[in-house]
Amino acid sequence: MGVKRWVGAWPVYRQLTGADRLGRGRAVQSRRSAGLGPRTADADRVADSVCPYCAVGCAQRVYVKDERVVQIEGNPDSPVSRGRLCPKGSASKQLVTGPQRERKVRYRPPYATEWQDLDLDVAMEMVADRVLDARRRGWQDTDASGRPLRRTLGFAGLGGATLDNEENYLIKKLFTALGAIQIENQARI
Amino acid sequence: MTDEHGPGGCGPGEYGPDERSPDKHGRPDGRGPRGHSLYGPLEDPAADAGHREHPPRVGFFTDTSVCIGCKACEVACKEWNDVPEDGLDLLGMSFDNTGMLGASSWRHVAFVEQERPLGRQDAGLAGLPTGPSGTGQTAEVVADALRETPRGGGELGTGPVDLGFPSFDLPGAATGAEARTDFRWLMASDVCKHCTHAGCLDVCPTGALFRTEFGSVVVQPDICNGCGYCVSGCPYGVIDRRPGDGRAWKCTLCYDRLRGGLEPACAQACPTDSIQFGPLDELRERADRRLEHLHEAGVEEARLYGRDPGDGVGGDGAFFLLLDEPEVYGLPPDPVVPTRDLPSMWKYAGAAASALLAATAAVFVKSGGGGRR
Amino acid sequence: MGSNMAEAHPVGFQWVMEAKARGAKVIHVDPRFTRTSALADRHVALRAGTDIAFLGGVIHHILSHGLDFREYVRAYTNAPFLLNERYQDTEDLDGLFSGYDPHTASYDPSSWAYESTAARERPGHRAKEQAAPYRHGAGGPAVEDSADGIAADPTLQHPRCVYQVLKRHFARYTPQMVERICGVPREVFLEVCRAWTENSGRERTAALVYSVGWTQHSTGAQYIRAGSIIQLLLGNIGRPGGGVYALRGHASIQGSTDIPTLFNLLPGYLPMPDATHEDLAAYLDGVRRPGQKGFWGNADAYAVSLLKEYWGQAATAENDYCFGHLPRIDGDHGTYRTAMDMVDGKVFGYFLLGQNPAVGSAHGRLQRLGMANLDWLVVRDLNMIESATFWKDAPEIETGEIVTERCRTEVFFFPAASHVEKSGTFTQTQRMLQWRDQAVEPSGDQRSELWFFYHLGRLVKERLAGSTDERDRPVLDLAWDYATEGDEPSAADVLRRINGIDLATGRAVGGYTELKADGSTACGCWIYSGVYADEVNQARRRTSRFEQGPYEAEWGWTWPLNRRVLYNRASADPQGRPWSERKALVWWDAERGEWTGHDTPDFEKHKPPDYRPPEGASGPEALGGDDAFIMMADGKAWLFAPTGLTDGPLPTHYEPHESPVRNLLYGQQANPTRKVYGRRDNPSNPAPPEAHGEVFPFVFTASRLTEHHTAGGMSRQLPYLSELQPELFVEVSPELAAERGLRHLDWAHVVTSRAAVEARVVVTDRLAPLRVEGRTVHQVWMPYHWGPTGLAAGDVVNDLIGVVVEPNVLIQESKVLTCDIRPGRRPRGPALLEYVQGYRRRAGITPLTGTRVMTAGDGDGHGPAHTEPDRPEDSP
Repeated sequence: MGVKRWVGAWPVYRQLTGADRLGRGRAVQSRRSAGLGPRTADADRVADSVCPYCAVGCAQRVYVKDERVVQIEGNPDSPVSRGRLCPKGSASKQLVTGPQRERKVRYRPPYATEWQDLDLDVAMEMVADRVLDARRRGWQDTDASGRPLRRTLGFAGLGGATLDNEENYLIKKLFTALGAIQIENQARI
Repeated sequence: MTDEHGPGGCGPGEYGPDERSPDKHGRPDGRGPRGHSLYGPLEDPAADAGHREHPPRVGFFTDTSVCIGCKACEVACKEWNDVPEDGLDLLGMSFDNTGMLGASSWRHVAFVEQERPLGRQDAGLAGLPTGPSGTGQTAEVVADALRETPRGGGELGTGPVDLGFPSFDLPGAATGAEARTDFRWLMASDVCKHCTHAGCLDVCPTGALFRTEFGSVVVQPDICNGCGYCVSGCPYGVIDRRPGDGRAWKCTLCYDRLRGGLEPACAQACPTDSIQFGPLDELRERADRRLEHLHEAGVEEARLYGRDPGDGVGGDGAFFLLLDEPEVYGLPPDPVVPTRDLPSMWKYAGAAASALLAATAAVFVKSGGGGRR
Repeated sequence: MGSNMAEAHPVGFQWVMEAKARGAKVIHVDPRFTRTSALADRHVALRAGTDIAFLGGVIHHILSHGLDFREYVRAYTNAPFLLNERYQDTEDLDGLFSGYDPHTASYDPSSWAYESTAARERPGHRAKEQAAPYRHGAGGPAVEDSADGIAADPTLQHPRCVYQVLKRHFARYTPQMVERICGVPREVFLEVCRAWTENSGRERTAALVYSVGWTQHSTGAQYIRAGSIIQLLLGNIGRPGGGVYALRGHASIQGSTDIPTLFNLLPGYLPMPDATHEDLAAYLDGVRRPGQKGFWGNADAYAVSLLKEYWGQAATAENDYCFGHLPRIDGDHGTYRTAMDMVDGKVFGYFLLGQNPAVGSAHGRLQRLGMANLDWLVVRDLNMIESATFWKDAPEIETGEIVTERCRTEVFFFPAASHVEKSGTFTQTQRMLQWRDQAVEPSGDQRSELWFFYHLGRLVKERLAGSTDERDRPVLDLAWDYATEGDEPSAADVLRRINGIDLATGRAVGGYTELKADGSTACGCWIYSGVYADEVNQARRRTSRFEQGPYEAEWGWTWPLNRRVLYNRASADPQGRPWSERKALVWWDAERGEWTGHDTPDFEKHKPPDYRPPEGASGPEALGGDDAFIMMADGKAWLFAPTGLTDGPLPTHYEPHESPVRNLLYGQQANPTRKVYGRRDNPSNPAPPEAHGEVFPFVFTASRLTEHHTAGGMSRQLPYLSELQPELFVEVSPELAAERGLRHLDWAHVVTSRAAVEARVVVTDRLAPLRVEGRTVHQVWMPYHWGPTGLAAGDVVNDLIGVVVEPNVLIQESKVLTCDIRPGRRPRGPALLEYVQGYRRRAGITPLTGTRVMTAGDGDGHGPAHTEPDRPEDSP
């Protein structure tokens, strides 16, 4: 039964006390139970989203309360998924809010046996330096017959199938400008 | 079958006409067969529990013939209700690693591999160089594992019934020379039945369990003191206490969601609409049509379970379309509310111990035949 | 076929169930009985790697019984076109086509051309190395002078017309042969043929679904060609309820192909230029031949607009729009080539962006050893993954192949923002872009890839500022001026520029038909043009399905131009009338002089069905009113591919690279153009005609479970998913269990020449032995989600798989190989290496094994070997 019909069936439902001689219903309902409602109803906002797992593209609604995700569920309006989600899609809240999420940059220097902390900005500067260095070392101006190649084989990338189109666009654009051609993703696998 | 031979004894109730109001369909509740509120048909359990003006009784119709065994219901339930992880064990029960319903598994998808055809489905084994089926061997291994568990398998209730207790003896299981030619793989999502006469509710001494205005049965964690009477009061082995917490937990039919006009999380997620939610009357009609359709399509083994208001629990708020005997799915063939012969619920406390045995037996003992299905 | 839809795409499967409820028949052809089979009307078990034999049998059945949808085939496919006299078929050459060069293991396809179109000699080596055919993803490859008319026989009787060539090519794919090769009893096979043909035609359509069960083979592209040929013969393309569905497995894997993070493509399936492309004109000539029909005729507008988006004002007509800024490819730069180059010390740095190759790529050990030989590695992911921690917990630590204190790789782990912590679009499996609104801010150091690459670009530009080095020109000229919100670049602005801008007005263009080749438009991806039409983010539309028509055109946005069914002109007959009322989709409205219907017509709106192009026309103008396949160079769907494929114009059954049996159809055992990387660290199990295949007697295949996601980075660390499938297992039939002494839930290990992997045994009737040419073939299956870390840990199944790739697209053959299986756990530590070495020794494996790819005729395993150049460490 769709949400719309279900709501429609009881637009003005309310509860009145009645006879509950065996003390199994209304009479024993706790204050907590009497006050229950879906936490999604108290959400500050709902964001339209899409499941991040497979490529069916199931629509999700992300409920946010106090800047935290409190629920992710299917969006019944979607002609693709009709509000349904598989176990992975249903686990999306755990995916984005779970303790397994890393929150800090981790750095392993050469030969080290453990991770270290590293400031994000410092890490970005270090990566930029290494990109240019690897680019220079792997640079090829021409092939054996002197035809221009204008490229580097010094660094490579793998990934994109889980990313946004806009992100893939910038990745390919930047790699291409740097002359880096070895960019690949799951579509090759 | 349960929908054909519900126990008799549904005479006039011990309670006279009460002040219940007509339900939303305008059907006067006081007419027709009307049971007492501990046993037999009961038209309006919510009203019986004192909800004078209330929404229609709602529930689940789980059509296992379209279940793809994805377990979205298990996960969606846990995400919504914050139910903790329930152990990381490879059980070897086909793709079922949940094992049974319990305090931390409010939905459970059972997987049953059988050496028999499904309706007119062709499993594609004809002409292949097959030997005997492996289901006997695998069941034996699982049965051995179950015997070693603390409650003799009581905590892994809904595995394939072919487990067999105490000894395992399937015709041709281990030795058979004949080649297997048929196969089917059944999947079914089990859940609390939200019985019309709920044993857990009837024996709860603290008022922690209560019947909601929707006709569902809900544990109130702010009241429950973990006495555990309800555990033995359930003829299906559904409700259980959570280790480390002590309180009893089970499916609430997403009581909080219902109050906001939302359907339960499992039903919303279910990719193939195997789990359908709605007013029980409507679901029953839909289930009857589906059953008829399947029978016409040659799936003669299809049957409804828990649909009959005349059965031992007065019919289930969550009922099923099954493709085999209920025991195959780990469901008791003939569930009876423990309070059937005990109109005074308070007498029940003394009988709790024996009821535990009865309930366990109901889950595990096969209803005759005993052969491979 | 090749898809376990119920398990891998459960929510998509609701539509199959809905069709079934309405009376559709569902057939699942798959090596194992899966959750998809459980809900199907019929399961057909076949030997992994033999789908082309099966599909070829269906084609044979259709053609030998005249069951094709003749009017459709004659009007919309190239069936009537005549081939030239030089063409020789696999029937003539023992499994090879004309043009094969054993030394490069590639074809010169010039002899496959139509009789009347020009075809120059073209060595195939370059095309193969660059995965050239992959670049034709949005349409067909070039055919010169196709607009001038191609010699044809509309009666389909001419012996050199495509229809007759097809008939002859598949003549030996009889039901008996299908049974002998695939292990599918002929009666079962014929039932499938009957179901497929009876449910196709004017009044009925049938749909075909595949996934990586088809692509991950050394003949993968030809699997899909074979399926497409059937669907074309039966009239199931471009029509409602028909089609070939590629179910893709990652949220935006379609998008990452359209806007590629791939070495051989630029956005919109424009090819990366190679070393032979001196200038833009030469490059464009390679995309579309002079005088060619179809919308690739406008490739100049697409390419120039892309260059304008890349290099902005620096790109001018005078400097060829900075075409020279583009780097050139000249060979295989695919992910597996790169991994080997890492092992060989040729690559210094590596970015991993939401991918976990230590677990998820074939030959995991090679991947990890490659990463252990880098200078630096950047891993960006939601959670810690094996590819970031290989230096301390890879399986090679235990064997001693990686020693933490001696591993120099510098590793940066950057926590990524999740899908709810950033805005942007995913493109789902039916080409639909759906925008996600950001729900919350990421916390700590978590950032989007958009942030990371925008700022990396900014930092790099800063460092190179003022450089006079010509090499740095492309970076300095790069248009990198996207709008930002705080320090986060605006995804909406990026999408708008992908859509395209009219540079004169500054307005978003309405679609690719507005793009110009004169530098007046900029567009990041021409096929996505229209997604920001009218300055509206069309991908963000969320009109409820309850409030719109059956094709739901106002939910998201589908490329191209919001068309849901590609080539839907074919849903109407040549005169523009629906083939049947039941199957109406788009049609010609003569009164209004336009195409109309339920879907956006995939055809020029006002071009009437009887339109005939004027003499000398080319491009879109040259498309006739009945040329339904508007991207194809001849306007027709190709039963026979006269150009564009590296491994033959028609699908041919070849055995997998590793197979227990000899090819029963031809002397040519396996794909003669497959790419093998013969090197010591990439050994192959022997296959006939090589000896000692019996050391690895079983067929192995691997795939997904519903409960996990690919390499596990998004599932193995989640309690709610891990508890559902907590442990790696291996499925075997009761028959194989009896043969090898395997007991349910006990340990066993699977062995190939690469690795031994242990798992718990699951004995199940869902697997059954097959009878193949008189012998019993057992198949072994494993899910591949596990790795050394996470809540649910286990051996890496991909370690079993070697690297052999399909020649058109360079995708690895990971869906079928050979293996052994034994009870008990595998040896540990260095003993494991010795154990696997023992298998190699018994099987006589050297780097040469499996590399003599030509076995046709008297070649029989003695053709040239295709090995990597010797490296010092290769010496025994």
